[in-house]
Amino acid sequence: MSISETTIESMTKDLPLPSNIMKGLRNEALNAGVSKKEMEEIIEQVMEEYEESCIEPCDAAGVVAAQSIGEPGTQMTMRTFHYAGVAEINVTLGLPRLIEIVDARKIPSTPMMTIALSKENAEDFAYNREKTRALAWEIEATRIDHIADVTTDLSQMKLIVDMHEKAMEGRNITIEQIKEKFSEELNVMVSISPDIDNQIIITPNEPSYRELLQLAKNIHNVTLKGIEGIKRVVVRKEGEEYTLYTEGSALRDVLQFEGVDRTRTSTNNINEIYEVLGVEAARNSIIKEATDTLREQGLTVDIRHIMLVSDLMTCDGEVKQIGRHGISGEKASVFARAAFEVTVSHLLDAGMRGDVDQLKGVSENIIVGQPIRMGTGDVHLVSRKKNDKIEFEDECGV
Amino acid sequence: MTKFSLLDHELVPKHEIMSEGELKSVLSKYSIEKEQLPKIKVHDPVIKEIGATVGEVVKIAKKSHTAGEADYYRLVIE
Repeated sequence: MSISETTIESMTKDLPLPSNIMKGLRNEALNAGVSKKEMEEIIEQVMEEYEESCIEPCDAAGVVAAQSIGEPGTQMTMRTFHYAGVAEINVTLGLPRLIEIVDARKIPSTPMMTIALSKENAEDFAYNREKTRALAWEIEATRIDHIADVTTDLSQMKLIVDMHEKAMEGRNITIEQIKEKFSEELNVMVSISPDIDNQIIITPNEPSYRELLQLAKNIHNVTLKGIEGIKRVVVRKEGEEYTLYTEGSALRDVLQFEGVDRTRTSTNNINEIYEVLGVEAARNSIIKEATDTLREQGLTVDIRHIMLVSDLMTCDGEVKQIGRHGISGEKASVFARAAFEVTVSHLLDAGMRGDVDQLKGVSENIIVGQPIRMGTGDVHLVSRKKNDKIEFEDECGV
Repeated sequence: MTKFSLLDHELVPKHEIMSEGELKSVLSKYSIEKEQLPKIKVHDPVIKEIGATVGEVVKIAKKSHTAGEADYYRLVIE
């Protein structure tokens, strides 16, 4: 006779199992229709299997993780630029990208955003090519070279900007807006030519060649429209939905636009995610970026190793790099730090400060030639004396 | 422009402030002190949103790739 759902639940609720194993166990037991005795046996076997799969206490999880990521790392290509499935957008991949992630660089070498669009109704941005296109122009930074030719008139001491009408129309920008923007940003006399259509004349404040040439240079750096830093926006249709991909990243600004799905828009700049969405989002992003980079190279690394790395990088509430200025540089032990990089200066500083090394970690114990405190080396003998009082063999035990 | 909740973003797991009693049972389960928990900055955007203060502990219900869902705890620090 099979048991009911509530019985299964009450039998399993106190088991120390992760939620997905628990769910699987309950569902399977319910579908198969087991008896109470069978269920007890199943639970016993599941627990046995689970305990066998758990990591042993004092196991060197960090070393295993380091090797498991390091070895596939040796097979990665040194220099890869790849069009990561996205039309024309260049993304750093392979080893350089992996290094970038664990180094927690402030700005990745090829920042890129994936902008999801809202899809609340059938007419919404994600299903409408026109709206999507318009949004793309709103976001992409427009500079003067995109929409005009600039000529320097040395005899008249002025800059002549000839606008392309079609390009202006496409980007939905008017000549008045451009004039406004220029006088605001450059702080000079800007006027619309009265004789020739679509022409702007810019005169420097002082009639000197230096000023004029400086102005001719500066004019190209003015962002007329869109978000500074977003060099290009590509529209792509995936299934039914349009998505924007950008070269350059500005998460906080992009999230302000109407039509952007704020819950699914993301960037490959982990530091930006940390600033906008918090440390937990950064942790998830590290895991995602690292697994994607490895997978793209055809390497499979167990996600637990990457999770360990990202947990370590974010455990202090900020994104720390694995390296001299992060995890390795903050180790408590002088010897451990000296073993990593810049040996002499660490020893010298420690000597001047009179630091004490507790010899608790792995590297420092190897250096002094003691058993490391891992595995069986971390177990201490506890003896029970005649009067039944428990005393530790030495003070550092447990 | 309407303000959106950071917690709605797919990368952000659920954060909630823990009550004293809940915290005590967690600490005694792992037999650790509050200071041994991982940290989160008080000016972290999510902490600002849920309004936790320094010294409080937030419970984070992570979607774990290995365990389905797992609880994680962070102590709010300066």
